[in-house]
Amino acid sequence: MVATTALVTLVELQLLADGPASARDWFLDDAYGVAMDALADLLGFDVLGSPFMQRAYLAAVCIGVIGPVVGSFLVHREMGMIGDTLAHAAFAGVAVGLFVNATFAFSVSPFLTALAVAVVAAVVVQTLVERLGLYTDTSLAIVLTGGFAVGSVLVTATDGGIAVGINAYLFGSLATVSRGNVGVLLALTALVVAVVALAYRPLLYATFDETAARAAGIDVTRYNYVLVVLTALVVVGAMQIMGVVLVAAMLVVPVATASSVRGFKRSVAAAVLAGQVATVAGATLSYQYGVAAGGTIVLVAIGCYVATSIGIRVRRRATRAWQRAVRGT
Amino acid sequence: MSVLEVSDLTFGYGDRPVLEGVSLTVEPGAFLGLVGPNGSGKTTLLELLIGLRRPDSGSVRLFGSPAHEFADGERVGYVAQDDAGAGDSMSVTVAEAVRMGRYPRRLRGRFTDDDRRAVDDALERVGIADLAERRVGRLSGGQRQRVFIARALAAEADLLALDEPTVGVDAESRTAFYDLLDSLNDEGLTVVLVEHDIGVVTARATEIACLNRRLYFHGDPETFVETDALAEAYGTDRRVVSHGH
Repeated sequence: MVATTALVTLVELQLLADGPASARDWFLDDAYGVAMDALADLLGFDVLGSPFMQRAYLAAVCIGVIGPVVGSFLVHREMGMIGDTLAHAAFAGVAVGLFVNATFAFSVSPFLTALAVAVVAAVVVQTLVERLGLYTDTSLAIVLTGGFAVGSVLVTATDGGIAVGINAYLFGSLATVSRGNVGVLLALTALVVAVVALAYRPLLYATFDETAARAAGIDVTRYNYVLVVLTALVVVGAMQIMGVVLVAAMLVVPVATASSVRGFKRSVAAAVLAGQVATVAGATLSYQYGVAAGGTIVLVAIGCYVATSIGIRVRRRATRAWQRAVRGT
Repeated sequence: MSVLEVSDLTFGYGDRPVLEGVSLTVEPGAFLGLVGPNGSGKTTLLELLIGLRRPDSGSVRLFGSPAHEFADGERVGYVAQDDAGAGDSMSVTVAEAVRMGRYPRRLRGRFTDDDRRAVDDALERVGIADLAERRVGRLSGGQRQRVFIARALAAEADLLALDEPTVGVDAESRTAFYDLLDSLNDEGLTVVLVEHDIGVVTARATEIACLNRRLYFHGDPETFVETDALAEAYGTDRRVVSHGH
């Protein structure tokens, strides 16, 4: 069932990426573009006026939403590493796309081959874990290194031409965010948010107390598959800007930043907020100083995490000191 | 209809047999204590009873249907040992955890007044209404186990399955916890309790099953303390171990 859904989604995304993309163009040019132009005039930030940065900001906002939303369910299962694994598998998918483009007459978007390979890898990893009872770390390591190995072999199998393109995918870049890609990312974001909204309760129950969820008749296995496939979508969506190597950070760091918020629903909202700060500020700094987007975003995210942790500790200590003082008098 | 009907149940992990030829019946309103030495298959039996595992042979019927296919999840509440793995680090509040009891009935869509009332009543019943906005991970072991009982009550469960729920809980909270179980049982809730502390079980349960791979005893606590089922169950274990070396 998951495979069929994934296939249908893929076809839809292909249509979005290069089909009659009038809705996408209308949104980018007439709705979002006009609004951003107005914002640029209002604030006096020229950055906001260029279509290139407008697309980058839109992608940044999407990544800042879907990363923490899915990551909130992954981190507490100690599945944070699965993001990294699927990113490396997606790298193999990128290489497949570039290889096909370089070798054969027809062309496919490397973004979409990455999506297909990552979703397949997600299902494979989960099946290894569920059916064979393979220790999770081992199956993750096999898929992670295997994916990267396939990628590196394919990159070197052609005569150097695609090695140039691969760099942007490895480390991420604002420049690779094309109109087509931003359309796919928007669709992915809508899909991920909708699925999480629909499956919120079973996902939460299975994350919080898997055995009790099973006893309560919730099909935990199915929702585990849903979660890994969602992770694959997030990883591929975020990969262009974040890069294969750093993309997993968006699943983990904002969630860690928000972990002291009381209440799970509120902590998801706080994680999305932390994600927005990291991606929007990171993209701005990256543009301003001409440095790697993925790295800048991760550094801002980690900065937020450290600042929050220190803030909480200081406040806790101050509260305790205050209580002592009150008791003392 | 019986809550549980186990007949000639056999289960093993790979080549290692864990349970052999276990048969027992649990009627509505019973408080069954499952005792036995470490590694005797108590936890595995509990997992089979609530359908988390599938028997190798024999059958487990839960409210009349095969346990591993049982669909009315809300009728079974489960409380594990207080090691709360993932739950500890999550920011889930007591209210959120108890609301999960309603999830089997309402996997999506808005909570109705009935749902909210069930959650409020459950919080009230186990005496944790004042903790509703606290994080589950920040509670003491005893308080946390009450949260999981409340979750089962919110589900309006007919059967409560507990696996050594008071390991690591301080003595005072333990007594209070078992008092709560007692009074819930008096109100008609069927309880199956896996417990290593035989004193607790003989004092609280209405029937006892003594297990060590096979079922050594199933009956009321008064008879249990008079027979040597306990010595046999534990004794066999020692003999098996000494043979193994």
